[in-house]
Amino acid sequence: MILIGERINAGFKDIATAIREKNEAPVQTWARKQAQRGADYLDVNIGAASRNPEDMAWLVETVQAAVPTKISVDSTNIKILEAGLEARDGRGALINSTTADPGKLEKLVPLAVKHNASLLGVAMDERGSPPDADRRVENGAMIFMTAVEGGLDPDRIILDPILMPLKFMQEQARHVLETIGQYTNLSDPSPHISVGLSNIASKTTQRSLILRTFLVMAIGQGLDAAICDVMDDELIAAIATAELILNKEIYSDSYVRAFRLKAGASG
Amino acid sequence: MTATIPDVKKSWSSVINTVTIGATVEEGGTRTSAITIGGETTLPVHHFEGEVPHPPVVAVEVWDVPAEDWPDLVKEPFAEVMTDPGAWAKRCVDEYGAQLICLRLAGCDPNGENRSPDEAAKVAKRVLESVGVPLIIWGCGNTDKDNEVFPVVAEAVSGENCLLGTITEDNYKTLTALGTAYHHKLIAESPVDINMAKQVNILALDIGFPPENILIYPSTGALGYGIEYVYSIMQRLRIAGLKGDKVVAMPILCDIGIEVWGVKEAKASEGEVPEWGDARKRGPMWEAATAYVYLLAGADILIMRHPEAVRATKETIARLMGGGGTS
Repeated sequence: MILIGERINAGFKDIATAIREKNEAPVQTWARKQAQRGADYLDVNIGAASRNPEDMAWLVETVQAAVPTKISVDSTNIKILEAGLEARDGRGALINSTTADPGKLEKLVPLAVKHNASLLGVAMDERGSPPDADRRVENGAMIFMTAVEGGLDPDRIILDPILMPLKFMQEQARHVLETIGQYTNLSDPSPHISVGLSNIASKTTQRSLILRTFLVMAIGQGLDAAICDVMDDELIAAIATAELILNKEIYSDSYVRAFRLKAGASG
Repeated sequence: MTATIPDVKKSWSSVINTVTIGATVEEGGTRTSAITIGGETTLPVHHFEGEVPHPPVVAVEVWDVPAEDWPDLVKEPFAEVMTDPGAWAKRCVDEYGAQLICLRLAGCDPNGENRSPDEAAKVAKRVLESVGVPLIIWGCGNTDKDNEVFPVVAEAVSGENCLLGTITEDNYKTLTALGTAYHHKLIAESPVDINMAKQVNILALDIGFPPENILIYPSTGALGYGIEYVYSIMQRLRIAGLKGDKVVAMPILCDIGIEVWGVKEAKASEGEVPEWGDARKRGPMWEAATAYVYLLAGADILIMRHPEAVRATKETIARLMGGGGTS
């Protein structure tokens, strides 16, 4: 399971303030906490706090000074993505994200190839969010084919079928699960498949229960990555258990602990 | 028409830990050579798809007391030296090509001579003085007694970077603390059970012992005595390690001699079973054949007894590693 830690995002007030004030401490605290809990990537996102690519470079450098974890540069703006990628000290990276928009793919696929980065493709196109599984599959396949043709190793492609809030678009979760199953048939081995998990629980009262129930169901369909709260112990325990049930890991009595240790966590 | 052979090469995402045993003078010990094992990026002998940077090695077994219960055939090569572990170890190295010595503290067993921790430490020192190769020190198997003996022994051989064993799911804290304090490597033992093999590693790692200092001992069965179970466990461990499960990405140790020389196929005399042929050939051959199977399963250290089996196994290793065989 590829865990992408969601917390270094200007959507959170402490991070937005830290970016404005160039205060390293809150950013590095979250970098260390998430790395310790086994994050494979740390998502970094300057969000609405800034439109300045230099702020992204600062954020990446600040995270790098604290932990050796790979970086997921998160923006819709190519200049900001580029600044984040260039600020790296040579460590692995993920571009988060492209959509099935040909104009975007034309720029972001070569960018991923150039930086030896992975590319996360969200199954959205110029028509907006997909209403059903078919559109998601169509968009995902289009992203996958374009990226492979552009020279990106299939192992570096991560597809995101787009999760919608359960409370407001209840029928969509089922479409997402169906899409995940279909993505696994796109190639052999299957492309990586990720979701931005928090979306599904938006404005709900049973937030953590919804998150981990959905995640387990999605893993059952073939999901192998998630942008999520890696600090959520019950979520991580559910992932470890799901992987065990699918025989992806060797059982041991302390398998949850093993999941953390395996991810290189020390805490 | 030419048939094309499909490319079946597989690349693995991870690598087995590299472990060094023994410390030379420059490294703060007194060994004339150290042994490095592990570092595999592929399955055993798959030289066409990855690296096996360090060949498997053979350790020869020495006891702190004369090994009275060994069959005559395997006592014979050591007959005059069995009362002196130092001379015994020296013969194993000088005459029989031992790459490490495995000192088994059988004499500490409360049901046997019940030797003291100080006596055990003295023997360990004596062996270190007698040979230049790295040392494995294996307890008597009585947990309580081993927990008394190892604190003294581990300190006495401090700085020599020995391999101490064994830790188990129920008894790992003492030895793990000693390994940390005196910089020794550890053997993690499990009873032919992959889940427990993983569990004992997790327990040691969880109290801060470095994964690079652990070897897996998944138990060993002689040829004809459950070897296929151990084989499949070793294979699964190695595959999981190569796929990135850091909790099991350790080199593997097999304790061959003690198992083989306990089974009738190796130790029965010609008088007992005439149709099985020359016991002098049969016994060492059984030990070498057992070792061969474990080499194919991914063994990094083989602990053996009979000089003929040791010689044959070292030749096999050289061939499997691509030296000395036909292309």
